[in-house]
Amino acid sequence: MNKSFVKVLTVFRKDILAELRTREIVVSVLVFALLVLVIFSFAFDMGAGMGETVAPGILWVALTFGGVIGFNRIFAMEKENSRLEGLMLCPVDRAVIYWGKLAGSFTFMLAVAVIITPVFLVLFNLPLLLPRLALVIVLTVIGFAAVGTLFSALAINTRARDIMLPILFLPIVVPVIVAAVKATAPVLAGAPWADMLTWLQVIIAFDIIYLVVATLVFEFVIEE
Amino acid sequence: MNIKRSLRNNGLLELGFVLMIAALYMVFLYVPTEKHTGIVQRIFYFHVPVAWVSFLAFFVTFIFSILYLSKREMKWDAIACASAEAGVIFTTLVLITGPIWGKPVWGIWWTWDARLTTSLVLWLIYVAYLLVRGFATEPARGARFSAVVGIVGFIDVPLVFLTVNLWRTQHPTTIIFEGGLTTPMLVTLLVCIAAFTVLYVLLTIQSANLKSLDTALKRLKSMHTG
Repeated sequence: MNKSFVKVLTVFRKDILAELRTREIVVSVLVFALLVLVIFSFAFDMGAGMGETVAPGILWVALTFGGVIGFNRIFAMEKENSRLEGLMLCPVDRAVIYWGKLAGSFTFMLAVAVIITPVFLVLFNLPLLLPRLALVIVLTVIGFAAVGTLFSALAINTRARDIMLPILFLPIVVPVIVAAVKATAPVLAGAPWADMLTWLQVIIAFDIIYLVVATLVFEFVIEE
Repeated sequence: MNIKRSLRNNGLLELGFVLMIAALYMVFLYVPTEKHTGIVQRIFYFHVPVAWVSFLAFFVTFIFSILYLSKREMKWDAIACASAEAGVIFTTLVLITGPIWGKPVWGIWWTWDARLTTSLVLWLIYVAYLLVRGFATEPARGARFSAVVGIVGFIDVPLVFLTVNLWRTQHPTTIIFEGGLTTPMLVTLLVCIAAFTVLYVLLTIQSANLKSLDTALKRLKSMHTG
């Protein structure tokens, strides 16, 4: 059990090191998410009162589409230079590869969220210190990463790799997007915990279910 | 795999034909017009069975996807894929008949309640299943990847339903369980459900058989030229 954890950490460390050197994933996702924020703010006429209604949705649209861009890169970087074959030659359980890549994609998405969210809060004139929002974001990003890592590995092996990931990913994460938006709204409005508790439970349930399912099913996606 | 023989022998085709004729008769001639909503309510007798079949089809795809991933025999994949194709057709019918019924009766084409949203997401997942097969680099990969989508997607459907249900509900509560259906209506509905289920089974078996034959043909061709 301990050995598997070390192997997961090794895969994770490899991704972090590569990303620290090139910063390609975090920077591109960050810029894209920021652009989505801006475009959607123009798309919805920001009259008085409209801001509060659409703000949670705009944040999560930005994070979702940014996530799609980011997850594409998670396995695309392995496909280049045949690094995926190298990874598969390692005598490790396929689930270890999944969890290693999952740790990486979770970290990257979280890094993007940590930078994008304050920008979002500033643009919408919302308070900056919102620990409950941090909780919602962390839980939702776990769910995104669980599904995104799995489908990234799948999409990379198809002919239309860039379009296949969003087509697969977006319908599956509908429940967690709905729950995230519904959980974010009370936080931004300063409403009590009770309003968001059910939605947090939905997100947690989604996370657990998909972490388990993806772990079981990943070997079929990545085998050759 | 010779499913075709059993298609002729066990009378399913004849049964399906009889059921469908009976269903058409009952829906258009036998059952009385509903008091409040009028003639347009008859769409209900097509809409409900087709919705039920679309979920059944996805469940079948789910089961046979699991079977395929564990046994790796192409015949399981053929059934899973055939069921998914039938499922897309039936889900499309649900999404078309629903608004046609909804506009005159409730004044709206669409609403984001649990049932409609789940049907739409179901359609999207089916389409993703078929696209993965289409965009795969080779048939074996397409079969494997779409099996994964069939499994992951099916698990998502109840999650979508429960989440959107928590969010809002505007769909009428199922009339069947409230006892709001008179006996002729109930019987008509049951006959329609039976007719469409048999139709689905026939379509899926036919399609799966064709795919199996196609796979066998490709194998023979490659053996011959290789």
